Amino acid sequence: MLDDLRDLYQEVIFDHNKNPRNFRLMDDADRQIDGFNPLCGDRITLFIKISDGKIADASFQGQGCAISTASASLMTDIVIGQTEQEAQSLFTLFHKMAIGEPVEMDELGKLAVLAGVCEYPARVKCATLPWHTLDALLKGAEEPVTTE
Amino acid sequence: MNQISKKLPAYDVEAIRQDFPVLNQQVRGKQLVYLDNAATSQKPKAVIDSIVQYYENDNANIHRGVHTLSERATLSYENSRKKVQAFLNADSHKEIVFTRGATEAINLVANAFAEKLSAGDEVLITAMEHHSNIVPWQMLCEKTGAELKVAPINAQGELIVEEFAALISKKTKFAAISHMSNALGTINPIKQLIDLLHQYDIPVLIDGAQAIPHISVDVQALDCEFYVFSGHKLYAPTGIGALYGKMEQLEQMSAYQGGGDMISVVTFDKTVYNKVPYKFEAGTPNIAGTIGLGAAIDYVSRIGIDAIAAHENSLLAYAVEQSQRIEKLTIIGTAEQKGAIMSFVLDGIHPHDIGTMMDHQGIAVRAGHHCAMPVMDFFGVPATARASFAMYNTHQEVDALMAGIENLIEMFG
Ligand SMILES: Cc1ncc(COP(=O)(O)O)c(C=O)c1O
Repeated sequence: MLDDLRDLYQEVIFDHNKNPRNFRLMDDADRQIDGFNPLCGDRITLFIKISDGKIADASFQGQGCAISTASASLMTDIVIGQTEQEAQSLFTLFHKMAIGEPVEMDELGKLAVLAGVCEYPARVKCATLPWHTLDALLKGAEEPVTTE
Repeated sequence: MNQISKKLPAYDVEAIRQDFPVLNQQVRGKQLVYLDNAATSQKPKAVIDSIVQYYENDNANIHRGVHTLSERATLSYENSRKKVQAFLNADSHKEIVFTRGATEAINLVANAFAEKLSAGDEVLITAMEHHSNIVPWQMLCEKTGAELKVAPINAQGELIVEEFAALISKKTKFAAISHMSNALGTINPIKQLIDLLHQYDIPVLIDGAQAIPHISVDVQALDCEFYVFSGHKLYAPTGIGALYGKMEQLEQMSAYQGGGDMISVVTFDKTVYNKVPYKFEAGTPNIAGTIGLGAAIDYVSRIGIDAIAAHENSLLAYAVEQSQRIEKLTIIGTAEQKGAIMSFVLDGIHPHDIGTMMDHQGIAVRAGHHCAMPVMDFFGVPATARASFAMYNTHQEVDALMAGIENLIEMFG
């Protein structure tokens, strides 16, 4: 009955929601910032460590729906080891995918499981909140990020 | 005439449903089950028709022209005022001010009280208020230096009356209380609270936004200074609502906005304001909406608010009973006195995921903080899912809700 919903809620998403990767505090983070979606109350705190221009570690804490939790989990997993530029161009790509613009799915790798959100305008911000937060963090922002 | 054998007609929900065109549709391939009535209710054909009739036959500005259409429009507009008066049992139709809705009505009153409050004064509200009955009072306090006091609620989501009473003092200059909570469904013992406040001559505003479609209101019996509501939760259009105010209060209050209709004489030196209620109705109002509100009140009155409440309460009782078989479900807001709202959370499933997954099954429920973030904080949840019932909902729709919840729990695994 809920078959078409599987396009949005793929198994991978349930898996990351139940067992989010990198879901931990980072006491010795180089940078950290809060992201907030005032519309739905989702909150995330993102931590990163930078060394030699690369993201040496990334983790998050917070409270959100399955889509935003899975997105944060996948994001932290994928950006560890990337340069700041690589992470930022991935954000651009991810954002395009989330709003339904044509992108090369191959370049998105595992993140492609979130492609279904573009069909759900009310949920796009759930998927992009962690990325907006990362983007702000990489740009050196300190104030909390909001999606509104 | 044989009055005695005349039986009351049974509540015919199927006939009522026929009056609401929007209900007859499929969403995502399933029959629509609309359970977001606390956000806004659907509109019966009678209301829609009244607006069409107005625009097709009577459209004109009011209180201005001497021509026939303007007279007709003015008459319909003022008739709606009398309908609101009767619905609330106000003493005079002049005590009814049309506004955009509950929010604007609260702001109108808060704005006028800015002149009367100063540092050291207090405004009392409760912990279960909607943002629209919090923020205008915060703004008033910011402007005047007064302090906002918040009476706490208990774990069932009920106001703790003793604590409310303990917060009342000579410093209290105003109180604003919801009749019924939109996030929890709690119905407050407003008569008791009003009486408590009146021992200190404290004026009180009752936010009736949620109560108005469920509870019969008698402002004279309640003796509140102000009562506000929005038409759109009472089967009327959006953009129209009303403020009831005791004449003695309204007469002392400063105007809210300046413009046409709210004046009697204007020169560049001075303006003489119009009488109450026109003083508070600057500019061309929402004439069609006001007429629609009148039609909605007629419709609700024909079915009877008590009959509607009895039906909705039986839906709520059934939903609560049925929800007990769902282990992961916790109801937020279990007050003894409660209207037809079921706010709930599911263990391990975020309300937004519930909202999306229910929508996929054709079921409209609200997921979010319900403009009551402090309530969410109190219960330690980021948001809840909320099913809220109206006169046209059925027991089968409650079954659909429960089946929908079970489906999504299964999907989440
Ligand atoms: C209890 C309560 N008060 C006030 C309001 C505000 O009503 P409106 O947005 O129609 O002005 C609402 C609407 O959700 C409400 O539920």
